[in-house]
Amino acid sequence: MLNVGKIEEGFVLDHIKAGKSLEIYEHLQLDKLDCTVAIIKNARSNKMDKKDILKVECDIDMLDLDVLAFIDHNITVNVIKNGEIVEKKVLTLPRQIKNVIRCHNPRCITSIEQELPHIFCLADAKTEVYRCKYCEEKYMSSAKWT
Amino acid sequence: MRHLMSPLDFTANELDRLFDLANDIERYPDKYAHACDGRILATCFYEPSTRTRLSFESAMTRLGGRVIGFSDAASSSASKGESVSDTIRIISCYADICAMRHPKEGAPMVAAEKSDIPVINAGDGGHQHPTQTLTDLLTIRSLKGSLGGFTIGLCGDLKFGRTVHSLINALVRYDDIRFVFISPEELRVPDYITEMLKANGIPYEEVIRLENVMPRLDLLYMTRVQKERFFNEEDYVRLKDFYILNSDKMALAKKDMLVLHPLPRVNEISVEVDSDPRAAYFRQAKYGVYVRMALILTLLEIQV
Repeated sequence: MLNVGKIEEGFVLDHIKAGKSLEIYEHLQLDKLDCTVAIIKNARSNKMDKKDILKVECDIDMLDLDVLAFIDHNITVNVIKNGEIVEKKVLTLPRQIKNVIRCHNPRCITSIEQELPHIFCLADAKTEVYRCKYCEEKYMSSAKWT
Repeated sequence: MRHLMSPLDFTANELDRLFDLANDIERYPDKYAHACDGRILATCFYEPSTRTRLSFESAMTRLGGRVIGFSDAASSSASKGESVSDTIRIISCYADICAMRHPKEGAPMVAAEKSDIPVINAGDGGHQHPTQTLTDLLTIRSLKGSLGGFTIGLCGDLKFGRTVHSLINALVRYDDIRFVFISPEELRVPDYITEMLKANGIPYEEVIRLENVMPRLDLLYMTRVQKERFFNEEDYVRLKDFYILNSDKMALAKKDMLVLHPLPRVNEISVEVDSDPRAAYFRQAKYGVYVRMALILTLLEIQV
């Protein structure tokens, strides 16, 4: 079994669906941070059978929890200080996301208006449905993993 | 400063005040003949719509104001590639209020975000057409006496028909309304509308044949099958004549049922129905001017 050492200061994203850690890495723009990142794929898990884990040594404020919650609000966010877990953050679906997903409705103004951000608003938290702010095109939050 | 993007931008109480004002304009037009003296309405129409544009122009003219604008994208700076954001910034320098129609959904909202003057959504693609909805609501309230306590049938193109979607969204705020959706399978009302009705516990049914439900309706809202909403000619030709209202079907309806239509019609209402006192669609066009007059006054915060 592969061992990855614990981090002193930062956060651990646990219970990522197996194989999805690189997508999370990209969405959180971790490539732009000058810090240590460990990507663990297909770790054994009692709860999920297999899971991915991301360990990042940086300030928790540098993490966009809204984006993370939109991607998968079942991910566990452990905040680490002095090598210990000091907080487990509960993720909730953000009310609005900006430039995370694109509106694919060809009739939407976002398809032609230059530099207009793609903004989606949470329409129904129960079914995790988001709608484009401009044209109300539907986007199922859960669809991104299928 | 307020804009109008969707009929839901106004509360039910605010709509009541708007409709009271529209009815007052209907009764005492002279009182309002100079209410907008010195004011300018810009009609920015990126796609042709003679009816809505003329209704806005008539409304502003009857209030004593003036109108500038363009009636298709080819005669605007959009043909040179100017963004909606830039156009509205310029229009804000020329006019006091703007009515915008655009083929792209959400374009008037982009304009409103950048505008220094009130923006009215005069139709954005297949999305919203709030002033048509205000027209429909004013017509129903004026001719039926109230907004609520009725069964309304919506017939024709319920999939692409933005007037239908806007009207449903506006009517759900009133009490005791039952919806009957009458359309071919291919043009059924979108799932987000039926999901919303289910979530709010509002009764609705979807049927194929118009004559089966005619006796139960208090209002019948007819729509045309719009050619421009189809991707191919074959589908359009196959579906356009699906539902035609004629005297035989009207004979099945209640004596006080009203027929509404956003106009223009093609052939979905036979001309023989025009002389039926229950045909309210031409009166509806007149209410469209009154409600736009009331809207212009309200958004410009002009008290008379």
